[in-house]
Amino acid sequence: MRPEFEEAIRVADLPEKTKEQLRTYIADREITKEQFDTILDRVIREYANTRIEACEAVGIIAAQSIGEPGTQMTMRTFHYAGVAEINVTLGLPRLIEIMDARKEPSTPTMTIYLEGEYATDRDRAREVSWQIEAAPLHEFGDIVIDMENMQIVVQLNTQVCEKRRIAVSDIIDTAPRKIRDRRHYRDFECEVDEKNATMIFSPKDRESYQNLFQLAEHVRNVIVQGIDDIERVVVRKESGEYILYTEGSNLKDVFEVEGVDTTRTRTNNISEIAQVLGIEAARNAIIHEALSTLSEQGILVDVRHIMLVADMMCMDGEVKQIGRHGIAGEKESVLSRAAFEVTVNHLLDAAIANEVDELSGVTENVIVGQPIQLGTGDVKLIAKPLKLGES
Amino acid sequence: MPSPKRIGKIEFGLLSPKEIRTMSVRKIIWADTYDDDGFPYPQGLMDLNLGVIDPGLRCKTCDQKASDCPGHFGHIELAKPVIHVGYTRLIRKLLRVTCRSCSRLLLSPEEIEKVVGTEDDLTGDILSEKDIKKERVCPYCGEQQLKINFEKPTTFSEIIIEDGRKIEHKLTPADIRARLEKIPDEDLRHLGINPEVARPEWTVLTVLPVPPVTMRPSIILENGQRSEDDLTHKLVDIIRINQRFKENQDAGAPQLIIEDLWELLQYHVTTYLDNEVAGCPPARHRSGRPLKTLSQRLKGKDGRFRGSLSGKRVNFSARTVISPDPNLSVMEVGIPLAVANEMTLPVTVTPYNIEELRQMVRNGPARRSLSQPCGANYVIRPDKRRMRLAEGNLETVAEMLEPGWVVERQIRDGDIVLFNRQPSLHRMSIMAHRVKVMDGRTFRLNPAVCPPYNADFDGDEMNLHIPQTEEARAEAAILVAVEENILSPRFGGPIIGGIHDHVSGIFMLTNQLKWHTKQEALYLLKNIEIEHLPSPGMVKDGVPYWSNKQIFSIVLPKELNMVFRASSCQNCETCKRQECDRDAYVRIIDGILESGTIDKKAIGAFDGQIVNRIIRQYGMKRAADFIDDITHLAIRAIMMNGFSFGIDDEDLSKTEYGQIEEVLQNAITDVQRRIRIYEDGQLEAMPGRTPEETLEMQIMQVLGKARDRTGEIAGRHLGLGNSAVVMAVSGARGSMLNLTQMAGCVGQQSVRGERIMRGYDDRTLPHFRKGDRGAAAHGFISHSYKSGLNPTEFFFHAIGGREGLVDTAVRTSQSGYLQRRMINALQDLKVAYDGTVRTTGGRIIQFCYGEDGTDPMKSSFGDPVDVKGIVESILKEEV
Repeated sequence: MRPEFEEAIRVADLPEKTKEQLRTYIADREITKEQFDTILDRVIREYANTRIEACEAVGIIAAQSIGEPGTQMTMRTFHYAGVAEINVTLGLPRLIEIMDARKEPSTPTMTIYLEGEYATDRDRAREVSWQIEAAPLHEFGDIVIDMENMQIVVQLNTQVCEKRRIAVSDIIDTAPRKIRDRRHYRDFECEVDEKNATMIFSPKDRESYQNLFQLAEHVRNVIVQGIDDIERVVVRKESGEYILYTEGSNLKDVFEVEGVDTTRTRTNNISEIAQVLGIEAARNAIIHEALSTLSEQGILVDVRHIMLVADMMCMDGEVKQIGRHGIAGEKESVLSRAAFEVTVNHLLDAAIANEVDELSGVTENVIVGQPIQLGTGDVKLIAKPLKLGES
Repeated sequence: MPSPKRIGKIEFGLLSPKEIRTMSVRKIIWADTYDDDGFPYPQGLMDLNLGVIDPGLRCKTCDQKASDCPGHFGHIELAKPVIHVGYTRLIRKLLRVTCRSCSRLLLSPEEIEKVVGTEDDLTGDILSEKDIKKERVCPYCGEQQLKINFEKPTTFSEIIIEDGRKIEHKLTPADIRARLEKIPDEDLRHLGINPEVARPEWTVLTVLPVPPVTMRPSIILENGQRSEDDLTHKLVDIIRINQRFKENQDAGAPQLIIEDLWELLQYHVTTYLDNEVAGCPPARHRSGRPLKTLSQRLKGKDGRFRGSLSGKRVNFSARTVISPDPNLSVMEVGIPLAVANEMTLPVTVTPYNIEELRQMVRNGPARRSLSQPCGANYVIRPDKRRMRLAEGNLETVAEMLEPGWVVERQIRDGDIVLFNRQPSLHRMSIMAHRVKVMDGRTFRLNPAVCPPYNADFDGDEMNLHIPQTEEARAEAAILVAVEENILSPRFGGPIIGGIHDHVSGIFMLTNQLKWHTKQEALYLLKNIEIEHLPSPGMVKDGVPYWSNKQIFSIVLPKELNMVFRASSCQNCETCKRQECDRDAYVRIIDGILESGTIDKKAIGAFDGQIVNRIIRQYGMKRAADFIDDITHLAIRAIMMNGFSFGIDDEDLSKTEYGQIEEVLQNAITDVQRRIRIYEDGQLEAMPGRTPEETLEMQIMQVLGKARDRTGEIAGRHLGLGNSAVVMAVSGARGSMLNLTQMAGCVGQQSVRGERIMRGYDDRTLPHFRKGDRGAAAHGFISHSYKSGLNPTEFFFHAIGGREGLVDTAVRTSQSGYLQRRMINALQDLKVAYDGTVRTTGGRIIQFCYGEDGTDPMKSSFGDPVDVKGIVESILKEEV
């Protein structure tokens, strides 16, 4: 490309993305100056043409653009997204979930990217996955219920422990602690023998077999390695690197695992992102989740609409629901709230607090029967007609 | 004309007993409504002071007729105070946070300051029930506080602990009112109550306002009997009990009876306000139907707010069935003469149009045929008197016409009207069309505008509205017109374009190179306005021939340049470009189709590459004209050879049937083999799955593949000579999957993405052995629709089909609610003149709309500029 073209593109008043596109399309091509000038001229003109007009009711258009294709989406809750082993909620239910700003999605999952050689070496990636996947005690050895002595004997398998990169002492240390703290079961005693890698659990109440079996259940399932909320991890190779997909989500703990690329790792639990990474990250998560839910169904929706919804949800610094308990319920206008849901209560409460409706929104003005402050109703310029004969 | 006045604001507050009495025009004391002569009792519920509903009578308060009197409030003096149900929670809170003897807030000034802040530095928070510890001592008078119990719907009691036993002491509304009265104003402010408009004791009613008769009109049944409104019924109950209460009180009745009556009065007032309170049996009509009282009138979808205030009824509208007319322009709508005669449009008489309007008045209301000019139905004089035009008065009224009068003339060709189909899910559900008055009784529209309305012709009805003012017509023509809405603001691509036969037709016309004689060419171009044919592309034996691509090129704008791949493109590894076997490489240079097939990708709704490019290069109007031309051409093209599909189009040859049989047989034995491996316990489970799940997945995969194979076999036999294949390949309708199911094999039926598992113990139907995991036993249909399903297959097919139906039913309600919520949350957003996005109240949501200020509708599928298209059209080659 001729340097004069490059310079002309550089100084043009265009967004970077457009400039980049322009460069790629005309690179390596024989273009005359005249052709280039017409191209640039038309690009600039079209850019000016596509600016949004003032007074446009962008909110309604955004809501319609996301709502209208909702009828075309499937209700099938479970779907396999990319990975056959992990179920993810998709389609309309997922979209509703995002807009509801649920504390916990119905199928929390994470996509964990890895750093450096963890990303390229399968075994190293597997190591990270062991650090993350919640593994119960019974995977590390044999558990025998000794009914005669009313105790449970755990014989750890040192080979497995070695393979899984966990020290026997760690297991011996964490298992009883976790049964007490995480599983809230305290009526037992524990003897350990680190040398032989055995643990002996016995219930405090030695009278009842029921207690013994209850304890056995806790011992079997206590999580000694990995992160409790993450039930399963699948390692997959995608475009040259290993990526971990998980069932269950715990962003904070995963970030602390060595080898995890914290810049790219993500979860589908939006409120968790808001807590760990802040509201801006949550806004981006909403955009990403909504957009991928829609495009997975083959529905084209402009990002700008979704950005507007996300901005509206995150405006006050916390993720707010679209609906009664969020944006719609916290509106300034009494009439607008009353027209949405729980009509009577809003009116009664408004009377007590002496609320005043300024009649600025759409519903309020429709209710009292005057022009709304949007679109052509928002133009205050008035032309005075000339009388005939005046110049 | 529109009033220059604007309602500035609406303030909410409680009515004090004093206000209720001042606003009342009559004290109501009689429970009866009308006397034997049908005349309202004075001081009864239908008192003439409260407004009138019977025509002919005049209101005693404002002396106006029934049509003009807005109605006036009366009042009932209650014998004893009763609680307002809506405020029980407020009352409970106030009783719990204030002292039982001195009624002050149970917090010392310092404690209040902690929550509310000092006078100069308010935190903006208000006190809540949680800020006050239970059963404490009043910091002002030292009184020990008691626990307040609240029992739904309206009972309050104090718990006194005496000798270790709990004794409940009931608080009467009068006690409560006395306590609320004593709460000082400043304390209320801390609780978020404005004492100037809402003293808490006003929530315990001593006077009840009686709404005007105009809001509870009685209706006269056919037998001449009056039937009173539900509210009147309820008010009758209240007055009756109130009266009895007073009598008993005056007579000094025992306390027990008084209490009973008090409770009864409370019940009636409660149900009068809200008849759906928890813990309170709803008041019923004689017929057993629950009464619709005040709350019920406001609530819900058909309530006052959503039903009457947010949604309004209009005049000047019409509704009928729609049907297609491919000869119309997309910008037009066909209107039956009967509708056009009934619908009018006001035209002010001026010196310039007086003669024309006189003629319309003379034409009168009865237009009998399409050829007749339009008439007029009404004339409005400057004094707002409306005169109906009828056979007798046409000539006289025409002579009386003067500038300043208004003539309501009938709709005629070219008028702009709004056309709408519910559900109106996006703004393209209402568009403005030009009128074309037609015979018949249906609205007619070009099938190309079906996608934005989501309309079809299986009995759909649509609505039509006539804009009545110049402003409305201007907005309709400039903003709402069809040609302004070709692009969807959802994704920035065309939403109007060819559908079904348009796509098949244009595909059959342009696929591969064909030559047409002059007669054929003219047949194709009959409905397109062109002045002369281009020079023939080939002359053979002295006979001129035009190629199909040449004929198509006639409708293209002259300077159009673009290159793309049609939807029949197979995405081959190395593209043969112009030499493509399927003719899928579309190249348009200077408005001439050089190669390629025109199909859904080029002109279809939602895809429409050519349409899209024309809009950006030549504007919306040109694109609308192009769509008109292309639809007309496509219809002629499909008519040239005809297009049909019959049962024998699904026939395959013996070899194919043999192959299909073999593929299915292999698949079924493969499934058997896998089941055996599983049953032997040899199946290796996939990570994170049970062996059973793994088996299911494998079976689904094997059977899915088998069905696809049968499709391929069938597809080999059926070429472009088959109509269904033409439709599938061009993208007009259906897919190869549909064809596979018709000719090859229907395939696996599923419920929730799994094979059919439900039914009897260990089996789906009694036709199978228990525990049979085979293909046929769990819903695999190995027959095709053509060969017919056997009974078990038919049943499985019905199961799968039912899931689809349920799914659709659930989905519509869920997505409808989602959309309602989203509209409600976002409706007040607009782009301000400085490019920011704000609510109408002025709060900023985004500093620049969409971070780059690009209008999604005008954008090219999201990009601010269609750089590729511009470069392509100037360099005239693929980039």
